Amino acid sequence: MHLGMLLEMAADGMADRVALGPLASGLTFAELASQARRLGAALEALPGERVGLIDLNSPAVPLTLFGAAIAGKPFVPINYRLADPQLRAIVARTAPATIIVGEGVVERVGPVDGVEFLSRAEALALAENPEGKEADGWGGDAEEIAVLLFTSGTTGEPKAAVLRHSNLTEYIISTVEFAGSAEDEAAIVSVPPYHIAGISAVLSSTYSGRRVVQLEAFDPVAWVRTVRKESITHAMVVPTMLGRILDIVESDGLGLPSLRSLSYGGGPMPLPVIERAVGLLPHVGFVNAYGLTETSSTIAVLGPDDHQAAFASDDPAVRARLASVGKPLPTLEVSIRDAAGIEVPVGERGEISVRGGQVSGEYLGRGTTLDSDGWFPTRDEGNLDEAGYLFVHGRLDDVIVRGGENLSPGEIEAVLLEHPSVLEAPLLVRDPEQGVGRAGRRRRRHFRRGDGGGPQGTCPHPAAFQPGADHIQFREELPFNESGKLLRRVLRTELSEAFT
Amino acid sequence: MSLVAKPGTRYRSAVDQTEVIVVKPASGPVDLRCGGHPMVAIGTEVPAGLTLDPAFSAGTPLGKRFADGETGVELLCTKGGAGSLSIGEVILSQKDAKPLPSSD
Repeated sequence: MHLGMLLEMAADGMADRVALGPLASGLTFAELASQARRLGAALEALPGERVGLIDLNSPAVPLTLFGAAIAGKPFVPINYRLADPQLRAIVARTAPATIIVGEGVVERVGPVDGVEFLSRAEALALAENPEGKEADGWGGDAEEIAVLLFTSGTTGEPKAAVLRHSNLTEYIISTVEFAGSAEDEAAIVSVPPYHIAGISAVLSSTYSGRRVVQLEAFDPVAWVRTVRKESITHAMVVPTMLGRILDIVESDGLGLPSLRSLSYGGGPMPLPVIERAVGLLPHVGFVNAYGLTETSSTIAVLGPDDHQAAFASDDPAVRARLASVGKPLPTLEVSIRDAAGIEVPVGERGEISVRGGQVSGEYLGRGTTLDSDGWFPTRDEGNLDEAGYLFVHGRLDDVIVRGGENLSPGEIEAVLLEHPSVLEAPLLVRDPEQGVGRAGRRRRRHFRRGDGGGPQGTCPHPAAFQPGADHIQFREELPFNESGKLLRRVLRTELSEAFT
Repeated sequence: MSLVAKPGTRYRSAVDQTEVIVVKPASGPVDLRCGGHPMVAIGTEVPAGLTLDPAFSAGTPLGKRFADGETGVELLCTKGGAGSLSIGEVILSQKDAKPLPSSD
């Protein structure tokens, strides 16, 4: 299936529902489709084989996502927060292309061979032009590339993940019921357009018939105000957003009465934050989603019922599921494997591998990373419990080997995060056989250099610190990217400078 | 007989507005019909003069999925119509949707 068809189906079946913007003045699905077809016809005629976008959220994002699909060109949303040299390098890798840009981008990037820039206003004018020709939204090959997403490059040179129409539409039609949203439902989209969650939010809202209200970029005050003003029912946040939202809700005491569903993902969410969220927003259904860019978004979901069951249970195994990412989607397979690629027994840890139609595992210029049976090795460490709940422990590349024992940073970080004064606690290994560098944020007391005993008085889990850490650094701030992902590479450089 | 072999192949009804796309292919050739008459691949000519068979007129709603256990074929309705989908004379059953909690 093809992205254009998702939009055509919505335009056919829900023509007069508001798709995008305020209820009183937003675009209907029929208007959204019509504008996307016009932009598609224009993009087809513009130079370049790809359509880039370097901009904040605006109606140009969904219009360009669908318009590029209709034009038969890959959509390449690029991180506008990159430093100028990195941004220029990514733009050069996107050529030959037409790139839709927000204010100031052309000045930042400068001229690049094979790249034409189109301002957001120009793109919207093409979409809105009533005289404009409309391309066919039904056509298109499902095996063509729909979206290229550059990975955040937290560990190295950014790679361009390839998502084909078949990957994205498989995810949508297998997880979303067509026109399944109630007419009054509305989702707020505040993740940036270059994040996979930004793409999947557009697609799943379109297919389910849910109105989308965009924030140009995440800001906690604007987020809370918009949720209240626009009667938002559904939202997705990454870990760094939720705490800041809760601060506002707690201090003004006005709640978020319209909100029904709040999903979180994009990184590990500290348990205390979730407990606080459930306490402050008791009427909201919480959803924890786990997925990767390379898997077209979500591959496992911990739903509202799971959250309630875990909170209500005295059984430690059931309570522990609050720290899980729920069960894998029924339309795909998950297998936990050891270093040799052999599936490990239930409960044991290994590399999370996944197989299914939504899984791409392909990078531009590097080909596929799927094995011969179609399995994608995620490089995430995890385990499944007896009931099939998936636990994610962190990146395999971050696993710490001390004294012949494998330690997962996520496990140790989770223990540190139980402390009320610790907001973040990333662990890094400097040399896999030598030492661990650790940085905690906001000091409480009694943290000290480990000598085999661990940070005394604060950590109830001595096993986590048995070998002892070489260095502990306390900080007020840590380097995060826009989507709340810790920039481990940056931190590693800073720490190695501090401790040599 | 239609092959219904490749996911993404689209068919239209010869007697009403119904259009479907193949989500899962059939194991072999199947006699895919809508409104009592064979469906045709999109882009090929629709035979003239056919009318909707009242025995196959319960309708095919937009966005619903239909599956046949025997052949393994699974279809998604991309345009709704008055005819019912069938394999030969056997009406295809609508697949119960179990939507997941919204995660994005």
